[in-house]
Amino acid sequence: MRRVLYALAPAAAVYTWFFGFGLLINFVIAVLAAVGTEAAIMLLRRRPVVRSLRDCSAIVTAALLAFALPPLVPWWIPALGGVVAIGLAKQLYGGLGKNLFNPAMVAYVLLLVSFPVLMTQWLPPRMGDIDYRALGFVDQVRYSLFAELPPERTIDAYTRATPLDMVKEGLRAQRPFQELRAHSMIGTFGGRGWEWVGNFIALGGLYLLYAGIIRWHIPVSVLGGLLLPALVLHLIDPSGYAGPAFHLFSGAALLGAFFIATDPVSAPTTDRGRLYYGAGIGLLTYAIRTWGGYPDGLAFAVLLMNAAVPLIDRYTQPRIYGHAKR
Amino acid sequence: MLELTPDRRLTGGIRLLAHKAQSTTEPILRGLVPPELVIGLHQHAGESAVPIVEVGQRVAKGEPIAVPGPGVSAGVHASSSGRVRAIEERLIPTGARLRNALCVVIDTDGEDFPYRGATSSAWPTDRAAQLDLVRRAGIAGLGGAAFPTAAKLEGVAGRCKALIVNGAECEPYISCDDMLMREFPEEIVLGVIRMADLVDAPLAIIVIERDKPQAIDAIRRAALAAGDPRLRLAEVPTIYPAGGERQLIELLTGEEVPSGTYPNAIGYVCQNVGTAYALQRLASSGEPVTSRIVTVTGLGVATPRNVEVPIGTPIGWLIEQCGGYRDDVVRLIHGGSMMGYALPSDELPVTKATSCILAATDDEIRVDFDEWACIRCGECGAACPARLQPQELVVAATARDFDDLEALGLDDCIECGCCDVVCPSHIVLTERFRSAKRALAQHLRKQALSSEAEARHKRRERRREAAVEDTRAAQEALKAQLRADEERRRAIEEAVERAKRRKRGNVEP
Repeated sequence: MRRVLYALAPAAAVYTWFFGFGLLINFVIAVLAAVGTEAAIMLLRRRPVVRSLRDCSAIVTAALLAFALPPLVPWWIPALGGVVAIGLAKQLYGGLGKNLFNPAMVAYVLLLVSFPVLMTQWLPPRMGDIDYRALGFVDQVRYSLFAELPPERTIDAYTRATPLDMVKEGLRAQRPFQELRAHSMIGTFGGRGWEWVGNFIALGGLYLLYAGIIRWHIPVSVLGGLLLPALVLHLIDPSGYAGPAFHLFSGAALLGAFFIATDPVSAPTTDRGRLYYGAGIGLLTYAIRTWGGYPDGLAFAVLLMNAAVPLIDRYTQPRIYGHAKR
Repeated sequence: MLELTPDRRLTGGIRLLAHKAQSTTEPILRGLVPPELVIGLHQHAGESAVPIVEVGQRVAKGEPIAVPGPGVSAGVHASSSGRVRAIEERLIPTGARLRNALCVVIDTDGEDFPYRGATSSAWPTDRAAQLDLVRRAGIAGLGGAAFPTAAKLEGVAGRCKALIVNGAECEPYISCDDMLMREFPEEIVLGVIRMADLVDAPLAIIVIERDKPQAIDAIRRAALAAGDPRLRLAEVPTIYPAGGERQLIELLTGEEVPSGTYPNAIGYVCQNVGTAYALQRLASSGEPVTSRIVTVTGLGVATPRNVEVPIGTPIGWLIEQCGGYRDDVVRLIHGGSMMGYALPSDELPVTKATSCILAATDDEIRVDFDEWACIRCGECGAACPARLQPQELVVAATARDFDDLEALGLDDCIECGCCDVVCPSHIVLTERFRSAKRALAQHLRKQALSSEAEARHKRRERRREAAVEDTRAAQEALKAQLRADEERRRAIEEAVERAKRRKRGNVEP
């Protein structure tokens, strides 16, 4: 699973370039919490500790959680996330390979519903034309550890709605999508800054495909399930619905399609089942983004489809050689 | 049209390193006579052959030393001339496992003196006589299972859609069929034609994997020279396990052998090229099976090559003829690296099932069994040619959940080992399935016995109830009889009474 981390590294660098060091700070804290929790529970279960840490699965979980969190949050958010992901969502189910739900998404959703305000502290990208206020590495560490900001600044001076949130609110206020598209937060094809993170996540995803770490079924069906309704509704009503490019390059679509939904443990095992699973995630994500109460819906969609995996597995068993069609 | 190109792809399967080049540089080594022969009488499925020689008796090469037992069986012959030293139980390697079997141990005299007895050299014309000769001559599947050939041919004779002759040799390391096809293509093709005649097959398809261009050329030339319109040559992609019987049939015809049956159930029969060669030797010169080609290979042997080995040759002696062991050999494997199994000692003899002896170093086989957790990646299911779900089977196998094992199709596992190769967590799968199969068979036997006992008990209960019912009915009948008797008696008494009264004075009118 070390190679999954390598695949994420370029996207992490681009993310840091656009949004500052928050991602890396959160990543380090989440890794400490996740690895610490894993080690502690393995000790309690009297299982070999070093061996279970060597597979790097806790670090991958922490990395995905760090990507999901807003960059500017107090230290205990990623810490709690790491503990919940490994302790609650993974080890309580029996450890690696036994968990029904995606650990990083369980932790993210728990944080999202418990601390809704903190979980919206997104930062604007590094771009000259909007009022970007640089928070340096030291400032971000200070905020993370002591909740201190540079003097005479409030948190609202830094944080911004995400492009997904902005577009969702705009559409709800009956403003046409074409007008929202012209907003400075929107780049060439998605959220400004976000679209480049998305590009590099897709690059990492292609590496995973090339290296044979994931199969194509889940990424293709997740993106298909998301983009197909986006395309159809956008063609029917271009001002009332955001277009497929915007959906693809905003929020968690690419990260989800290549890195989150492809977690083999919480996904179906058959190729056909994976197509249903991915399509379900894509459709649910689109539905929550468009009609639900949250700007993005991938985490909820993944968890809902995780719950459907035993059923999908049961009904997508291939016909065994030499057995008549059922 | 000789060429037949399958337009289908194999379900599952994997590409493996062939490791065949090392054993195909030298021609087949022939004419070996070991000092001692240990010839197993039960080398195959079915019944053991019955010995007809005595300790101390002199035997010639090709002389029958055991006749086929009842049912599925095959005769056994002395592989060289000498004196019978002992007839005793020994451990011998068979197709899928080791077995304790009666063996005839012969001290050879080095003369290799041929038998001039009752073997008729003429190939009979009618099918029953042909099958009987094949059976007595000890011909058995030389692809590695050593199933008695006569039984297999008989099972499909007369209703055969196609004879499939297997020269695919998909298993790594093994090259005995490749070398045989290169050196004896004419004999093989003639054997195939005889087999097709025997089972009355409208088509005889010789199948070879694409990584054997020399064998393909040789067989093509021989087949064109033979000019039989039924012959076909199918080149198949080099994907393991394309050479499996069921996989070949699926690949060539699109049909599947129904679960729990054999290819003859749908009118096909598969025979190895080595078996076709053996049949031709029997038909042309009356020779029974006394030897087979064995691939001696692996980094643990000095000169890897193919050898024509008398059946019963001790494996250690055979390795010496190939230059002996290298120092770093860690395991001796009977068969190839995928479906073979480890031998406990090199004193065991070669049988008709011995296609390959692999002297492996620890670079070549897996010796550590450091398993990680299953992450449900599903690679095993994608590689499984039987379309099973090994990741679920292994859970059921570990839990000995027999209902699940049956439902998941454990018995449809062909034990090819693809799942083990692709598992990123290095989980031992096939070995667990083998042991679970045995446990499941035992469980089903036990279940059958207990349900039989239950049925017996129920029948007994019913019989007892019936008996009780009979008794009660008899009692009722008796009671009714008594009541009837009583009533009649009373009626008589009353009549007598009335008569008396009438006599006394006509009181009543």
